[in-house]
Amino acid sequence: MSTSAVLLVLGAFLASAVEMVEALTIVLGVGVVRGWRSPLIGVAAATIALAFLVVALGPALRVLPIETLRLVVGALLLVFGLQWLRKAILRTSGYIALHDEDEAFRRERDQAATAASELKAGLDWYAFTVAFKGVLLEGLEVVFIVISFGSAQGRLALAAAGAVAALVLVTIAGVLVRGPLERVPENAIKFAVGLLLTSFGCFWGAEGAGITWPGDELSLLVLIGSLGLASFVLVRLLRRQRLELHISGANS
Amino acid sequence: MSYLRSFAGFWWNFVVGDDWRVAAGLAFALGLTSLLAHKGVDAWWLLPLAVVVILAGSLWRATRGAVTPARPR
Repeated sequence: MSTSAVLLVLGAFLASAVEMVEALTIVLGVGVVRGWRSPLIGVAAATIALAFLVVALGPALRVLPIETLRLVVGALLLVFGLQWLRKAILRTSGYIALHDEDEAFRRERDQAATAASELKAGLDWYAFTVAFKGVLLEGLEVVFIVISFGSAQGRLALAAAGAVAALVLVTIAGVLVRGPLERVPENAIKFAVGLLLTSFGCFWGAEGAGITWPGDELSLLVLIGSLGLASFVLVRLLRRQRLELHISGANS
Repeated sequence: MSYLRSFAGFWWNFVVGDDWRVAAGLAFALGLTSLLAHKGVDAWWLLPLAVVVILAGSLWRATRGAVTPARPR
């Protein structure tokens, strides 16, 4: 398996895992308070909607010429990747709070406990809607990442395999733990996914624009390393800036 | 109408995110890379450099308004 194929599976797996952990937290928060039937039907409905999207988008992307596809996919991955990386750097440097699955679970559970009961078509409408929206929104990002990753390299099945492995692992963990997966190092994974998405986006975006990378696929590793180093420096700088702000705020 | 607005708002937020300048900067960098490539200049270094500059700029904008930052860990 080539370097880019390994990174592709890893990227799809990590991105999917972290989104699925968030979706699981929402479903668990609703399910433990309001029963499992309606949230599970919501999960099934969202999964079907996402599957339709994959079936519609996957073949549509194959119609595009490979250079155009790489340019479009590269641009999308760059925009997504920089969103993830930006947020991860702000979290690591302390400017925004770290994502806490346990707190998210408690918030979801408390809201579910106080929400009014409304039966529609035999379903607890609140539980169904929250689970459906949670899985659909978190899953949408997974679908976009998997399709972008897979189609740009012509390895959609490989990217999908990474996502399916994440789904199986998170589902098993969720059934065993029956609570939020708070021990998953979510913020570190998001940092890694941000680095991978941005690096792949840079690689394919530039290739789509007509660039030939020196060292071909090996330059992907150099991109990941350089971007990782730049992110590390940015985290250090922001931490120092925050410390200085804190000290000057305390003195004034 | 409000449904259309919220639908458009969702996609804008999904794709562009918190800082539209990031998306605009990336579009400019990709366009410039393509232009140079079609003029025979293999500017492979341009996009990675632009990514770092765009990221640093976005972080600077996000943190400069932080008057009361969280307690350092």
